[in-house]
Order: sequence, then structure tokens, then C-alpha cells
Amino acid sequence: MSVELTCIVCPRGCHLVVHDDLTVEGNFCPRGAAYGKQEILDPRRTVTSTVPSDSKEFKVCPVKTKDAVPKAKMEDVMKAINAVHVHVPVHVGDVLIHDVAGTGVDVVATRDLLL
Amino acid sequence: MKHVDLVIVGGGSAGMAAAVSAYDAGVKDILLLERSPYLGGILNQCIHNGFGLHEFKEELTGPEFLTRFVHQVEERHIPYETKASVLSIKKSKIVTYVSPKGSFEVQAKAIIVATGCYERSAGAISMPGERPAGVITAGQAQLYLNQYGYLVGKRVFILGSGDIGLIMARRMTLEGAKVLGVAELMPYSNGLNRNIQQCLKDFDIPLYLSHTVTNVIGKGKLEAIEISEVDEKKNPIPGTEKRFEVDTLMLSIGLIPNCALLDKAGAKIGPARGAEVDDSLMTTIPGIFTCGNVLHVHDLVDYVVEEGKVAGKNAASYILGTLEEGPKVATKAGDGIGYVVPGSVALGAEGDVSLKFRCRAPRKNVYLFVKQGEKVIKKLYKLAMIPSEMEIIKIPRKALENNQEPLEVSLVAKEDADHVR
Amino acid sequence: MKDIIIVGGGVIGAFIARYLSQYDAKILVLEKENDVGDVTSMANSAIVHSGDDPVPGTLKAKFNVLGNAMFDQVSKELDVSFSRVGSMNLAFDEAQLPLLEELRDRAEKNGVPYKMLGKEEILAIEPNVSPSVVAGILCPTAGIVNPFTLTVHAMENACDNGVELHLNEPVLGIERQGDHFLVETPEENYTCRMVINAAGLSSAKVAAMIEPIDWTITPRKGEYYVLDHYGPGLVKHVLFPLPTKKGKGVLVTMTTSMNYLVGPSSEFVQSEEDLATDTLTLNEVKAQAKAMVPGIPFSQQIRVFAGLRSTPSTKDFIIESSKTYREFINVAGIESPGLASAPAIGKYVAEELAAQILGLKKKESWNPCIRPYIHLQLMTQAKKNALIHEDPSFGDMVCNCEKVSVGEINDALHRSVPCLTIKAVKKRTRAGFGKCQGGFCQPRVLLLLAQRYGISPLEVLYGRERSEVLEEEVKK
Repeated sequence: MSVELTCIVCPRGCHLVVHDDLTVEGNFCPRGAAYGKQEILDPRRTVTSTVPSDSKEFKVCPVKTKDAVPKAKMEDVMKAINAVHVHVPVHVGDVLIHDVAGTGVDVVATRDLLL
Repeated sequence: MKHVDLVIVGGGSAGMAAAVSAYDAGVKDILLLERSPYLGGILNQCIHNGFGLHEFKEELTGPEFLTRFVHQVEERHIPYETKASVLSIKKSKIVTYVSPKGSFEVQAKAIIVATGCYERSAGAISMPGERPAGVITAGQAQLYLNQYGYLVGKRVFILGSGDIGLIMARRMTLEGAKVLGVAELMPYSNGLNRNIQQCLKDFDIPLYLSHTVTNVIGKGKLEAIEISEVDEKKNPIPGTEKRFEVDTLMLSIGLIPNCALLDKAGAKIGPARGAEVDDSLMTTIPGIFTCGNVLHVHDLVDYVVEEGKVAGKNAASYILGTLEEGPKVATKAGDGIGYVVPGSVALGAEGDVSLKFRCRAPRKNVYLFVKQGEKVIKKLYKLAMIPSEMEIIKIPRKALENNQEPLEVSLVAKEDADHVR
Repeated sequence: MKDIIIVGGGVIGAFIARYLSQYDAKILVLEKENDVGDVTSMANSAIVHSGDDPVPGTLKAKFNVLGNAMFDQVSKELDVSFSRVGSMNLAFDEAQLPLLEELRDRAEKNGVPYKMLGKEEILAIEPNVSPSVVAGILCPTAGIVNPFTLTVHAMENACDNGVELHLNEPVLGIERQGDHFLVETPEENYTCRMVINAAGLSSAKVAAMIEPIDWTITPRKGEYYVLDHYGPGLVKHVLFPLPTKKGKGVLVTMTTSMNYLVGPSSEFVQSEEDLATDTLTLNEVKAQAKAMVPGIPFSQQIRVFAGLRSTPSTKDFIIESSKTYREFINVAGIESPGLASAPAIGKYVAEELAAQILGLKKKESWNPCIRPYIHLQLMTQAKKNALIHEDPSFGDMVCNCEKVSVGEINDALHRSVPCLTIKAVKKRTRAGFGKCQGGFCQPRVLLLLAQRYGISPLEVLYGRERSEVLEEEVKK
């Protein structure tokens, strides 16, 4: 049985068909084929959110998981993110949580908070 | 009065890209004015990822994307002021603005207006029912959540399937709200496919196509809404009402170029509700350029930045006296096309001509024609087109003829086109 | 013991309070909403009618004409935008000419200046009027006014002169006790020598608290469109069709903030709280307006709203002592031309009724002017600069559509009439009134309110009670 998916790798949003043997049709680029296969075997998503900061300018600091995390772990990732505070200065890419929720992926800051 | 070569109004992605490109093209005397306390514009609140695949060849969040541009501005020491609100622009290229530092008038040689867009509100669509708190645009809810750390509600319904609404459906769900559904007036979604997938389907949020809100109930705070299915003429069908007990109705019903400054300066406004421009992105007022979402609403920030660079480079050429001022050919939105930007194309300018447009309704299996009179300049097969995606097509400038015929973009169904040819 | 309790802080209550504040008396205004001028006074056509429409000899005719004449001075004293743009009633059909004659007769008898216009003259002055127009009457004294600040500033002037104002305090009952009244609210039982009932839609209920009455007030809803201030010049005058039994018809006008206003509909409703708009009614309003001015740019629509008129069964204003008690004055049924009449009604009720009945004496000094508001946009470059150097918050723009600064909002937040909600800020400063409808500026306004009153942002109200904007702080 084949599965139909919408590719989320880029804004193009290709309509993919993934067959039993994990071959992919409908992808515009090779990344779509990789996504189709991944989505069947181990669906993953990047999580973005914010954490509270002590910055005078920004009440919260935007963050993201540096790579996609298993879809089923998103809730656990959010719980971990909600438990963190950051102190200035923070720079884009600073690791705020190592190996979030046992996913092997770090949570990093996505903006500079200097003051 | 201060004199500056180039004043750029708006320090978002379009304005920053324009500043950088004008600087690199040789105009160093620049003043970039931003109304908020920091550069970056709307990207400051767009903390989700998906930006930068064209510009930086990697997937970035909004703040990461804007940070790279801020660094580009700062590396060049391009002067900018924040908390600077422009009150007016005159045809004579005098810019008046206020900031906590004072009230200023600046005489510019050229101006680039990059003031972005704003969200269509409940009042703009004659939303039926009462006026409780809790009816809020998606961008405003996004601002409260992503920059101030507040959820506007815990039980949410969304009207309109624009991308900001979809993104907010996911954001609010992740932060602990329950999103009960999204209603879309059209029979198709107005958001990107991937957002339907990763923002709605991932969280089992239903999308009600061909539905609209037919009642808003609540005196103080929103208590409930009612949606109804609509017929082909978009009129609600009695008997199809569904009621949802919600504290928030979030609106994602379209963006409108924020071109009041240009309109009040006397620039002609075009069909995309931004100023009418030629392909140097100059408005009908010589020396005043415009780019980004104030010119027409883009789908991707990468294209906004690309347009900003074009405006910056051409404004620099204007200041340096090297901007081509030869004859122009008008463009025209033909069958199936909503609008075409730019409104005209200079025959003698450099490089390929870039035409940007959106289709009026989703189409499958069509040929996209670019014609001047009867002459076909480009014919392109498209498997599918949707209005939420902006199309860009490049054509060789030398293919254009110096005659009165406009350059027309149109769609023809494949079988019709095959039949004709 | 108070001398006078005014029930209702709408435009009528505010002007009565203002003129009563000339006297040496203890005056309390009780308003059930959390802002003054929050019901009928807020949602109307914002027109100062000339007085060509009311039937001669009625209170409507008398107070409209008197009130209209007061507006030049009152608007200066109270720092309210007002402009005598003039009005036109237009006939689009030969069959309507007798109605036009009727208006001319009324204008004549009411002492209202007018000029009869033919088709060519009308189209020369108002080129966007439908060419099917046949004739019209021009009344140059009609004007447009900012109805929000008119009420707020009149009350502010009253408060500056010693009147006490309680918001969020509905009157639950009134009793006569000996030579005074007992006025009951959820907060307190007040005693006073006189009650003035200016309770608008609730005025029949308030009147019936002390005696049986033979009149009623029915809410009559009107729905409107508001257009952005794009491209001025669509219309120069307040344009009316000819009046019908239901009212003055759908008008097209600019406002003092250079928006366009189109409406109202007219429909009797059951509830005093029915402010819902509906698509069918608004479509009808649009169709009627387009019949008069075909080119109205509805693409620039930024808001729709509904207002409720207090329509009396008597067909005229009710401005008199109650049957039983001279000291209980009803000022009720003030529908159109209520806004135009308000200053005259306030002056009359204060000076001719209340002061006479209670034998009040004027204070030695009374200031008819409020402390002027700061209008940054109207200042010269040099003055703006001086102001911003003195207080940089005036250069910190909150609302970019309407150009309203932190300084101007803070000024509104520190006046004698409390400004408690986002809507109250909007009414006073126009922040959030523009095309983005607060999309960009509302969070800053909300935080300024939280700061001003030392409350959590979660407690800030949009408008009415229980209208909190924020539900939960997620990142603490």
C-alpha cells in the first residue's frame, strides 16, 4: 500500500506518493524523496518556541530544536523548553538545552539578546 | 534640514536588503528608518522556521534570518534609526519623521518605501455578530505570544487559511491552547500545502473549506462563534450552521500593502494595492522606489529580500544618474491572473525582466503565456497553480518590442492551447 | 447628602454635569459602563444637525437649533474637533420634491439658514453625487464633530470643576424619603436632593423607579460602515437622502478624522445590548448609499458597527420634572438630533431647571475650558521638537496609522475622567482607530494601561467588563 504525503521540506509543498518499497514519486527535488522515506520510517519535526529571558528589551527569547526531533516527542520537547530560563547575553546558536528530551538534538537560541 | 542621498522607510527585510544593496552599489549616504525599537520588522515575531532557503541555502527561523541582515547592515556601518516613525513623504522627496530624539525633516535624493503590510481586520469583512474581545488577527496573537509571552485564548477557532493563521494554530497548540478548527471561505486553502500538513494535520485540526463565520457571540469576551457552509456565490447556506464554544476567533483573512505614505505623497496605486512601479521598482514619482510587501504581498521572505536588493541597486543608480530612462512597455494581467508587478518594463534596461504575479483561482494543467500583442514571448506548462503562491517568471528583455502593445500574462487551459496550436 | 445625582454619563449627562459644575453644589454622576459616552453617544453619525428636519415647535427643533449655535464655542473650550461642513438633503426623484418643500418650510420656521439647489449646482459642488439627483437643500450650519471626545471632554470639564464621577456603578433603585431621594447602587446607598435621569436607553426604567410613566423608550439600531481616510474629496458635505418615517436615511459623510462614515440602518430591537451587525442590513445600507454616491470606495472599509438610538414613544425629547416630584428630572428619548442638542439641553437642564428648583448659587469662578490636549500632528516642526526634547515619549509613536505617541496616550491616562480600557484609549486618542485596527499597536496600549494602573497585563480590558484580551502568561 502506498501513502500520500505533503512534503514539508520547502514552501513548494510537493504532493508525494511513498510506495511500500520506500520509493517516492511526485518530489521535485531529492530532499523530497528523503523526506518521504523519513516520514514513513521516523517522522520528525523542528520545534520552535520561546523561553523567558531576563533581557530588558525582550521578555522572551525565541528558540528552536537544532534539527528535527521525533514527532512523537514534540510534547516532551515543549515541556523541557518551558522549564528553561535564559540570561543575557545570548547569541544566535547558543545551546540552551543539550539533548532535549533524550532526542540527541539541542535546543538553541535563534536571536541575539545582548542587554 | 538634513540632506541624505537615500532614505529608506522601513527596517524590515525589504528595507535592510535595499540598504545593503544600495550601499554595495556605491551610495554610502543612507538613512534607514524603522518605527519599532529594533530592525527586522515582522520577522521578529515569526519565530517558526522555513525562511532563507533561497537567500542563504538553509532553513532559518525569522529571527535568525533577520539577524543575518542586521549584521550585513552593521558591518557596512549603514546609519539607521529605530523608534523612528515617518509621518509623511513629499513628492519633493522630503521625509518627515519623529523619534524620541526629536522631529526631523530630511531632504533625500531618492527614497525607498519598504513599510510592509497589515492584516485585514474583522471590520474590513463586515464580520457579522457582536464585538467582544477575543476576535483578533493572527499576527496580533502571534505578537502577543512570541514577543510578549501571552496566550490570547485557550479555545481557539481560526477564520481564513492564510499562512499566519496556520502557523499560529501550531504555535498555540504547542503552548497549550486547543484549536477547534479553521474555516476557509474558498473551496481551497490559501496557505502553503506544507503548512496545512505540519500545522493542521499534524495536530488533527479540521479544515472546513467553503465555510465562513456567520455569527460572533459575546458581550465582554467571546463566548461562541457559528460557522456555515457557503454556496458557489459564497453566500451562507441556511441549516449548515455549526457552533463552537471558543474564547478566541483568530483571523487570517489576508494582508494589505501598507502604502498610505506613498498614496498620500501622490504616487499612483496599482491593482495589487501597492504603488504602481516600473521594473526598476520606481513609483510614478521620480526617485521614489518601493519594494517588499508594501508593493505587493509576497509568499516568501526570500523573494522580498530579492526585491529589496533590486530597489536598492536601482535607487543607487538613480542617485548616481545611471538609471535607464528609455521607453517602457506596460504589463497587463490577462485571463486567470490577479495582478502583475511591475506595471511597466523599460526596454533599454539591463538584465532579464522579472514578472511577478498570482493566479486568481487554483488551476491545473495550464499554459502560462507571456505575450506582447500576438507575439508569444514565453509559454510555460504548469501542472498546478494556486493563488497563495506568488509566481515569478523571467523573460529576456531583448524579446520585447518597442510598440504600444502591453506585455500580457495569461493562463490558458492545456487542452484549449493544444487545440489552438 | 449630595445635592444632585445624575444617572448616566453619556453626552447628555456630561453636558448637564458640565453646566451644573458652574454652581456651588455637590454633584455625583453615576455611569453603569466603565467609560463615559460608551453607548449611544459613542456609536452614531457624529453629526451636528442644522435643525432643518425636526417638526417646528418641538423640543427637538428648539434644542437642535440652540445646540448647533453653541458648537463653535463649546468645541474650542472643550478641545473637540468640530467643523461646519454643511449638509445637503438630496431628492433623486421628482416625486420627492414635496418632501424637499416640507424641509424648506421647517428650516424656515426653525430659523435655520438654507439654500435650495438645483441639479447642476449640486453636481458642481458634489461631483460624486449620482447624476440622477434632481434638487436639494443645503444647510451651511450643519457640522461634523468627534463624538467620543465631545462626551469625555465635557465630563472632564465637569470633573475639573468639582463634579464627582463614578464609573461601573449602575443604579439599582431610587426611593423618595422625606425631602430627599435614596439612590441605591451595588456600591453604596446615596442620598440626594435631586435626581436627573439621563440614562439613555435605560431612562424609562430609571423614571419608573419613582412613579408610573406613560412613555416608553425603544432601542432602535443603526448599522454603519467606516472607511479609511484614503483620498479625501469623495464628499464635502454631510449628504442625506430625504427623510422617511424611519429616520433621516442612510447618510454619507466624512468625519472629523477624515474617515468616511456610511449609515445608519434603522430597526427597532428588543435588547438594550443588541449591538450585533448583520450582513443583510449592511448590504442594504451599502445599496442605499451607493444610490446617492455611486463611487464610495468600499474597498477601503475598515470597520462596521451598530449603535442604538433611544427612541421615545412620545416622538419628541422628554425634558421635564417627573409628575410627582419637581426634584426628579427626566431627560429622556434623546435620539437624533441629540448630539447637536446636547450642549443646549445640558445648559437648559442645569440653569433653567435644576438651579431654579434647588435655588443653586453660581461659584465665584468657573473654568469653561479643559487643559488642552497635545496634538503632535498639528504642531509646527519647531514646537514638536521642543516638546519631544522636553519629553521624549511624545516622539515614541505607538499607533502608526493614526500617529499617536506614548506621550499623548499617557496624557489621556492622567486626566480627571478615568481612562480604563483599550477602547477608552482609542476613543480619546484614536490609537487603534486606523486601518490596521490596533493590529500593531494594541499590545503597547495594553502595557501602558497595565503600567498606569499597576495591574497585570492579564487584567487589562478591551472594553466592557470581562473583556480581557490576554488569557494566560505562558513564559514566566
